[in-house]
Amino acid sequence: MKTAIIINASHEIQRTILANEDTLESLDRAIGDGDHYINMKRGAQAIVEIETELAVLSPEAALNKIGLKLLSTIGGASGPLLASFFISMGKALQSYEGESHLKIATAFAAGVQAIIQRGKANLGEKTMLDVLIPVSNQFLLLAQQNKDTSVICEHLIATAEQGMLATKDLIATKGRAAGLGERAIGHIDPGAKSCQLMIASVCNLILKP
Amino acid sequence: MKKFVNKIDDILVESLSGFGAAHADLVSLHLDPTFAVRKNKATNKVAIISGGGSGHEPLHAGYIGYGMLDAACPGHVFTSPTPDQMLAAAELVHANQGILFIVKNYAGDVMNFEMAAEMLAFENATVYTSDDCAVVNSTYTTGRRGVAGTVIVEKCVGSLAETGANLQACKALGDKVNQHISSIGIALTSCTVPAAGRPTFDIGETEIEMGVGIHGEPGRRREAMREADAIITDCVDAILADFKAKNLTIEQNNEALLLINGFGATPLMELYLIYNVAAKLFKHHGINISRSLVGNYTTALDMAGASVTLCLLDDEIKQHWDSPVHTAALRWGC
Repeated sequence: MKTAIIINASHEIQRTILANEDTLESLDRAIGDGDHYINMKRGAQAIVEIETELAVLSPEAALNKIGLKLLSTIGGASGPLLASFFISMGKALQSYEGESHLKIATAFAAGVQAIIQRGKANLGEKTMLDVLIPVSNQFLLLAQQNKDTSVICEHLIATAEQGMLATKDLIATKGRAAGLGERAIGHIDPGAKSCQLMIASVCNLILKP
Repeated sequence: MKKFVNKIDDILVESLSGFGAAHADLVSLHLDPTFAVRKNKATNKVAIISGGGSGHEPLHAGYIGYGMLDAACPGHVFTSPTPDQMLAAAELVHANQGILFIVKNYAGDVMNFEMAAEMLAFENATVYTSDDCAVVNSTYTTGRRGVAGTVIVEKCVGSLAETGANLQACKALGDKVNQHISSIGIALTSCTVPAAGRPTFDIGETEIEMGVGIHGEPGRRREAMREADAIITDCVDAILADFKAKNLTIEQNNEALLLINGFGATPLMELYLIYNVAAKLFKHHGINISRSLVGNYTTALDMAGASVTLCLLDDEIKQHWDSPVHTAALRWGC
């Protein structure tokens, strides 16, 4: 993994978030408090703004810097959760030799694990983890099977989509929507949606010829 | 949306700057990162720091001053502040007795303050407020939300800290006061997050949201609008049931503080009407309302609605509620 890819991905993620303003806003108004889009937009903007600082760093250091920047920019629950993801992913990359899909999948899994610990949440609680955990598991499996980059990306896009859609039928047990009880059923979780969008945009970027 | 705004992105800084200027005798404002501290740094006491999303004014910066907070960290509207704010504030206000964070129990606030506490070099502890009894099914939630009762916790803990009590004692009182409080909110309208530009939720002319949180996040039930007596009776019943569930019986604590808090767009005239109804109902249940507070103390931007908070008083809580306080939003005895 090269730092240039991380920077390209951050631009792609910003474009995707800006393009999905209405979707993210309406999902969060339905079961949250209406600030998810604004927070994600602010986070994406902050990362794009430090592009030149990131460019001179190793991928590990760049991910760590992204994490710290998000931590001091986003706030809310998304801030510490996404920050924990990038900081832990950077750390895991550092401790792993060579270049392989398995290395990135392992680092991704370490990032997801950090979110699980920080948020004290798990699968099935109507959160971003309903996208991230299946994607992480799938990523590890495909990497272990030495699948091609394109196969991995296509599978991860589909897995993220499935996980995001599955939050629709869940009761929220973590986050702001937890107060809603059964009234949250029928609404896709905004955090799961933004994660799915980010994963799809990065995978599509890699898939581009 | 009609609001007093220049540029949406500048709302927070402009508002905080106004707050800092209006209360320059009490607070000093810092903008990078954003936090406010007491004008005159307290010495040799536990430093009390709170914070949370903006839009709940006067919470929390309005409670900075003698007898209450040493610092407050405002986040963006309805969004938790970030750890760098807490760390910078702690650096300025710590007075060799440790830092006590007072945090409303919302996932975002909890995580950001938790990370700050982990990164902080000083001895520290955290009190989580969770007075909202509207979230009934605890197996489905991360826990109860912290709402208007937070003001009472900040007042009492702030008072104790001024006596030179240590960190453990301040934390213990905070937890105890929180346990003695129960709140429930009712929304008549939604609020509008300025950057979103439209109401957070749709609610009909003849509907109310029972058990609403302080961010316009929907509550437990959507109900038909009824007369005030009927609505407030339900609130009082919910609070009494909550104390029963917590095993805090009225016989042990028949004295109480009744706080009627406006969410931002309900006139004081109606808040006093609510007080009148609620006080009578609690009295009917054998509770002696010996302290009161009525006004906009924990708001939700421009939401119309109010919350009812009852705090059972023992001698210790009463003493710390009555003690002198001098902040922008609460002042008595000095």
